[in-house]
Amino acid sequence: MGSVTATVASPTDSNVILWFRTFWSISRSGFRRYATYRQATLAGVVTNTVFGFLRCYVLLAVAGDAGEAAGYDRAQLVTFVWAGQGLLAVVLLWGWTDLADRIRTGDIAGDLLRPVHPVTSYLATDLGRAGYAVLARMLPPLLVGPLFFDVHLPARWPTVPLFVASVVLAVVLCFACRFLVNATAYWLQDVRGPMILWMLGSGVLAGLYFPLRFLPEGLQQVLWIGTPFPGLMQTPLDVLVERESTAVALELVTLQAGWVVLLLAACRLVQRRAERRLVVQGG
Amino acid sequence: MAEAGGTLAAYRALLRAQARAQTAYRTSFAIDVLGNVGATVFDVVTVLVLYGVTRELGGFTLRETLVMVGLTAFAFATADLLVGNIERLPRYVRTGLLDAVLLRPLGALPQLLLMDLPLRKVSRGLFGLAVWVAALAGAGIEWTPSRVVLAVVAPLAGVVFFGSVFVATATVSFFWVESGELANSVTYGGRDFTSYPVTVFEGWFRAAFAYGLGFAFVSYQPALALLGRADPLGLPAWAGWAAPGVALVALAGATAAWRVGVRHYRSTGS
Repeated sequence: MGSVTATVASPTDSNVILWFRTFWSISRSGFRRYATYRQATLAGVVTNTVFGFLRCYVLLAVAGDAGEAAGYDRAQLVTFVWAGQGLLAVVLLWGWTDLADRIRTGDIAGDLLRPVHPVTSYLATDLGRAGYAVLARMLPPLLVGPLFFDVHLPARWPTVPLFVASVVLAVVLCFACRFLVNATAYWLQDVRGPMILWMLGSGVLAGLYFPLRFLPEGLQQVLWIGTPFPGLMQTPLDVLVERESTAVALELVTLQAGWVVLLLAACRLVQRRAERRLVVQGG
Repeated sequence: MAEAGGTLAAYRALLRAQARAQTAYRTSFAIDVLGNVGATVFDVVTVLVLYGVTRELGGFTLRETLVMVGLTAFAFATADLLVGNIERLPRYVRTGLLDAVLLRPLGALPQLLLMDLPLRKVSRGLFGLAVWVAALAGAGIEWTPSRVVLAVVAPLAGVVFFGSVFVATATVSFFWVESGELANSVTYGGRDFTSYPVTVFEGWFRAAFAYGLGFAFVSYQPALALLGRADPLGLPAWAGWAAPGVALVALAGATAAWRVGVRHYRSTGS
């Protein structure tokens, strides 16, 4: 039979404006979809705040009387923790199984029939979701933290635009990782195994439990260059608290961007391979 | 008598069915077992990494803190194994499964727990136990008969305490179905809190978690009693022995909350 795939180049390929318009409207619907879960958002904010206090006190205790730990002063650690609690929901490290669920149930067939590449349309939805999360999940911890602790505010002007860019890259990077983990469902049906490994690895290696700078120097380099994980949280947070000079921060963000390009390409490749072998079950 | 035997047989049948179902896919089960123990391993690794940067946390050395970490790891993992799945209650309420459970001639809570007993989490409990034993061996404790008793009783009290916290926080969903991850802030938050000396925390936050919710008596106070250290925060030495009492109070509170919750429950009609 003839195959229907989304990877066949569409005839209106050249129309860039149309492409952006489609991307934008998918993003907006993603924003609206997540904006409807208001009670869950409130519960999430309260939980992030409690963990903000917990992690903040622990890291301040690590800094102790010296007032410094692995190159962070007390105010930098505070900002690291509270911004991290907000960022956690923006990049959405855990809890996204949309694609895997649709592959398992066969709903993915509907996605493949649409004239937008699945990676593109899922990414657009995710950026809309992240946009809502910035307002509803990132701002509250950023506002609560300074009420109870002395925070570090950016002192150099390039920090803010660099942080914004790094957050956007982190969202796309995290999306690509989640897409790849979910896409194992094309081959495995049940994604619990890959999902557990992802949950375990991402929390520790992204810098959520402790700043990765606490690790031995050699291990840090392996993580930064050899894995995408630091780009999920550690890089934007290091940029925000200005642990490095602007030049080094720029290098870190560039490295993050490299991983984004690599993993998005991997997503498209995996999707193409999957479509060749996909058998949608059910009627 | 015969009726009690019949009830027990029903619970046993539920448990057997669970065990068979969960081990049917061996590879999945093996990955689950590994993944679950991994989460607890990383909790311990986190503490080790923090001590790689500093020599003391809140005035306690690594060996002393590991006693609290081990106690928490065992107590939380075991409570999570036994009653942790009650955190799915919101889904049971939303889908109407709770109606079916309430109609059966068995207790609602035991049924819910046995219907989904996560056997894969056994690995975490065992790992927690190993950390507890290793921490006790490495902390240089001067053993007395009373300390031996405390070393056995404190983890069990911790299991009861965390179990009560799981049940009590889950009952929130009887009143607020969309409460989502709110319960996590007290269950997993409590686990993080009891993994460190209470002296790490400060102000009203410490007061609320340590004494308001009683988490200080899960691992910190028993650890002080075992190590023979005076509490820098001024509680008397016998506070380490309050763990079982506090656990029983928590149990009574959770039971009451559950009763009120079930009575308040109105079916969604689905």
